[in-house]
Amino acid sequence: MPAVQETVDRVRRIDVDQYRYGFETLIESEKAPKGLSEDIVRFISEKKNEPAWMLEWRLEAYRRWLTMTEPTWARVHYPKIDYQDLYYYAAPKPKKTLSSIDEIDPEILKTYEKLGIPLREVAILEGVEPPPGGEPSEQRKIAVDAVFDSVSVATTFQKELKKAGVIFMPISEAIREHPELVRKYLGSVVPTSDNFFATLNSAVFSDGSFVYVPPGVRCPMELSTYFRINERNTGQFERTLIIADKGSYVSYLEGCTAPQRDENQLHAAVVELIALDDAEIKYSTVQNWYPGNSEGLGGIFNFVTKRGDCRGANSKISWTQVETGSAITWKYPSCILRGDNSRGEFYSIAISNGYQQVDSGTKMIHLGKNTSSRIISKGIAAGKSQNTYRGLVTAHRKATGARNYTACDSLLIGDKCGAHTVPYVEAKNSSATFEHEATTSKISEDVLFYCVQRGLSQEEAVGLVVNGFVKDVLQQLPMEFAVEAQKLISISLEGSVG
Amino acid sequence: MNVVLAKTDTGRAVSTSFAFARERLPGSGKVAEQRRQAFEAFERAGLPHRRIEDWKYTDLRALMREVLPLAASPDTTALSRAEAALKLHAIEGTRRLVLVDGVFAPKLSDLGKGEKGFSVRTLREVLETGDGALQGELLASDNSDPMIALNTAMATDGVVIEIANGTVLEQPLHVVHVASVGTPAAMFTRSLFRLGRDASATLVESFVAAEGTEAYQAYDSLIVSVGDNARLDHLRLVEDGLDAFNIASAAVTLGAHAQLNTFGMVSGASVSRYQPTIVFAGEGARVDTNGVNLIKGRQHADTTMFMDHAVPHCASREVFRAVIDDRAHSVFQGRIVVRPDAQKTDAKMMTRALLLSDEAEADNKPELEIFADDVTCGHGATTGALDESLLFYLRARGLPEREAQALLIQAFVGEAIESIANDSLREHVIAAAQRWLEARA
Repeated sequence: MPAVQETVDRVRRIDVDQYRYGFETLIESEKAPKGLSEDIVRFISEKKNEPAWMLEWRLEAYRRWLTMTEPTWARVHYPKIDYQDLYYYAAPKPKKTLSSIDEIDPEILKTYEKLGIPLREVAILEGVEPPPGGEPSEQRKIAVDAVFDSVSVATTFQKELKKAGVIFMPISEAIREHPELVRKYLGSVVPTSDNFFATLNSAVFSDGSFVYVPPGVRCPMELSTYFRINERNTGQFERTLIIADKGSYVSYLEGCTAPQRDENQLHAAVVELIALDDAEIKYSTVQNWYPGNSEGLGGIFNFVTKRGDCRGANSKISWTQVETGSAITWKYPSCILRGDNSRGEFYSIAISNGYQQVDSGTKMIHLGKNTSSRIISKGIAAGKSQNTYRGLVTAHRKATGARNYTACDSLLIGDKCGAHTVPYVEAKNSSATFEHEATTSKISEDVLFYCVQRGLSQEEAVGLVVNGFVKDVLQQLPMEFAVEAQKLISISLEGSVG
Repeated sequence: MNVVLAKTDTGRAVSTSFAFARERLPGSGKVAEQRRQAFEAFERAGLPHRRIEDWKYTDLRALMREVLPLAASPDTTALSRAEAALKLHAIEGTRRLVLVDGVFAPKLSDLGKGEKGFSVRTLREVLETGDGALQGELLASDNSDPMIALNTAMATDGVVIEIANGTVLEQPLHVVHVASVGTPAAMFTRSLFRLGRDASATLVESFVAAEGTEAYQAYDSLIVSVGDNARLDHLRLVEDGLDAFNIASAAVTLGAHAQLNTFGMVSGASVSRYQPTIVFAGEGARVDTNGVNLIKGRQHADTTMFMDHAVPHCASREVFRAVIDDRAHSVFQGRIVVRPDAQKTDAKMMTRALLLSDEAEADNKPELEIFADDVTCGHGATTGALDESLLFYLRARGLPEREAQALLIQAFVGEAIESIANDSLREHVIAAAQRWLEARA
């Protein structure tokens, strides 16, 4: 059945030529020379005042990268990237050492204001500057780490977090201030040799966020990072490392935008999550990089490696993503379910328009006993875009009692686009129970019956149930993300195809 | 480095085998040229391995290592052994066409008395004397898959069956591939089945081994075209010896409003791989495919199906059930493509695996590629063990554990088996499944 008009209109509202974050900030910036070489790696490391071990780590990754080839298995097509024609480091020129937020370049502050990202703690607390879409309240406090091109420009609420024992700072600072933690965990989930883009990132990453939540602490507020690519011809390579120690909880959010340009820009991030015994990490992303114009010109190439390691027993990692941007998306947030009784979740809404190409999904790797995972993925393709879900669920010999539930639906709007599903389901254990479905018909008959009995049509009932479920997840996003995400939620699932 | 070595080794062995066998392969001129091209394509790729996406779960370099030399034409001992085997695997009420060690055996076959609208020739006959168009059709397969290319290069014999427009064939045709080799060898067969407009027929294919047969490799390839408004019922039973390899493919094209009902069961062969490609060429056609794997020991069974919805208003259903015991490994890769103009396509695929042992493995990859917006497509995949509560229920009613298991397994594969329209064929398959279950208990 074809998509209904309401859905078409809603997707239209976020079409590529409606991109609202395409402005550019004119500020002076400092850049490394174009191209990539050992010298550039050394340059970045020096800029960051890194210890020798970090430089060695980068160089090793760089040498490794030289021997690797770009992967081609994903269903994305793009012109060859010239890795020597990129700037690997760009930072707003510092006027002097900053001691308070007021000393940040007002242009940058204005940029974040325009994006609706609050960098002024007081302003938020007093409600002078309510984030768009909602009234601020004590519960809605969010600590923000703002990354502008290659560097972090501000991190809010650091003091308050410190009181709780939570470390939240740019990773470049963490390397200097908490080397023992960084050294122990960096690259332990995504090793430097993992894949082409992750290895490149290991060599040249410039900034990102570092979070450590000590044992038994429930992080008092949501943490978030806002990534902004501003400079021309610049690659952004950020690295995020989140460690939730025993019995702790943290919710982390990530947002991204970039100016409208005709050239493609490269973004290759690595995110590593580590959850120890009984810990829980919730990681949410609203990815809205510039998707290119309606002719497919420009846009961000988004090649991201995100992986969470449920290292401890009873740990839990949950990924939520709303993907609307980028010309190319190549992204598979995964969970390694190593600890017994650990749980992994992946909730995704990917909407592609124009000439966007999305190849995204997840991997659930069941290693521990009684591990469980759940995958809910909704892909919506419009315009001339291609939208692929690619997912792996695997249970190892010793992963007794592994359980997985996967549901992936996709919707096509128009006849020039494509929706694809490539699931891999591998069971090497008889007590593994895997269910994979790609239709909306398997929703509990009881629930549907209840709705229909109260006067809803079958279709409305299905929409209500599925949307209600997705909404639950999205409503936990903070306001500024929620505004964007909310627009996408009410998209009806009518006409859904596997 | 390993990969390169493996390739050269295998390449060399087969290359000698091809040079050696060339004399015995039917056809010259254009046919020989097509064979040569196909062989070069195979040599370039070598045996497929796990780094080739389509062969990810069935790494022939590891499982098979080498292609055995071409089997000799069956002698009288081989033929008499085959005859004995045929008695065991006979299906009542069918007309039999027999290939022994990859060579058509007229004495064991029932060629009939030349009824109207029905013709059977051998591949050898067609390639040596037949018309060029038919020869082209027989060998014009896709060389991009190395195993199909190898089959094109080496195909020794097979049956070419043509059923004229409007002919209704009441008696099912049973094509039996019997392996009866006295030394380890490979057999390469290629067959064609053409069903005319408004015609209907039932085709059964069996792969069996005679008593005392050495290890062998069976490579088969089937080309099927179903005309407009025609209906084909197809049954495929792999009952090869447990140290045999069975690597097969099928290329099916369906005309407008054609119907195809196909069922496949794998219980034999050490390693088997079946890759059917079904192309909808005319609107309004419908395909029902059903598959069952009953495997144990260290068996490896792979079904890789490609459903190509190229035109609008077609429907397809795929039901696949795997029962895996011991250290066996079952693979199902189903790919449904809906082309840009194929609106109103209705495609569904359901694959379920039942793991009976801790070391069994099931890999499922149900893939959808959709380029049209007004379609209904769905797939589902489940993997799991027998339901404990159901077992408990049966045992509480006095059934011993094995029997209770057998009952549940029977129900599990039943859905696929029920799809067989012909009563006696269905009974035959049910009996075969039951024998497998009894052997287990």
